[in-house]
Amino acid sequence: MPEKDAIHARPGMLLTAVPFAAALKMAVLEIAGPRVIAKVPYDAKLVGNPETGVIHGGVITALLDNACGIAVAGATGMPGTFATLDLRIDYMKPATPGEDIFAFAECYKVTRNIAFARGTAYQGDRDDPIATCAAAFMLATKSALGANLAPKRAAP
Amino acid sequence: MTAGARPGSEGEKRDLDALLGGIAFCRFLGIVAERRDGELALVLPFAQHLVGNPILPAIHGGVIGALLETTAIAQLVFELGGTKLPKPVDINIDFLRSGRPVDTFARARITKLGRRVVNVHAEAWQDTNAKPIAALRGHFLVSSEANAPA
Repeated sequence: MPEKDAIHARPGMLLTAVPFAAALKMAVLEIAGPRVIAKVPYDAKLVGNPETGVIHGGVITALLDNACGIAVAGATGMPGTFATLDLRIDYMKPATPGEDIFAFAECYKVTRNIAFARGTAYQGDRDDPIATCAAAFMLATKSALGANLAPKRAAP
Repeated sequence: MTAGARPGSEGEKRDLDALLGGIAFCRFLGIVAERRDGELALVLPFAQHLVGNPILPAIHGGVIGALLETTAIAQLVFELGGTKLPKPVDINIDFLRSGRPVDTFARARITKLGRRVVNVHAEAWQDTNAKPIAALRGHFLVSSEANAPA
């Protein structure tokens, strides 16, 4: 699927097509169908607590949201035609300052309208996560525009 | 009592700006405090590096999540005081509308204040707060010293 490859699916690539992912230096490490591993390297500008040096929860939110999105693209072969409906994140423990953050995400169910994904953010050991997430995505937003972004229909 | 429900003073705005300015990731995103219609809100001015979908274009969901989480934390520091930042336990974000490439505003309120855990709601909007683009519900651990009477 060249379309999918063009947007997401090359391991090792930086997500340069997504400006915020590029700003975080987010990279895809592995992708296999509906499963993906992505990474955000540690950076002092990502710190959310100046006292402890722990990375801001928003970085983990962005990484998990993006990784789940790539997993949905991998599962459906429809990159860019879905929107995150909701995202739940459980924070297990603070990220260790100075260490890169990884995310494993998988899309485990696709229905006609919705795809479900879950993910884990971790540093050394995936079985000792810093956070887990569950997300639902709305599929086939065909116009490639958010409903509130589509041009207004002309009055008849 | 919430920051959103009472007029924020200039002093309170300065305190919030100092808090936000001390957090590297908030500086990276560009989050600042603003008095708006007599209320205090956090503002995320639009910037190109915040985009998640360049085709629409739309702001990255992680950016909106980070804004909402920051708003919740700022609200807790604002109301409870204390020297330690509250720790997120879990958050649930509903994405209601695409975040257009314009400035985004957010405010939060404490739904339930427990001794150790606080439940917080936060909302983000662009044109009008009657049309939120995202909402957060979350639990945060607060240190017991933060809740002790001054």
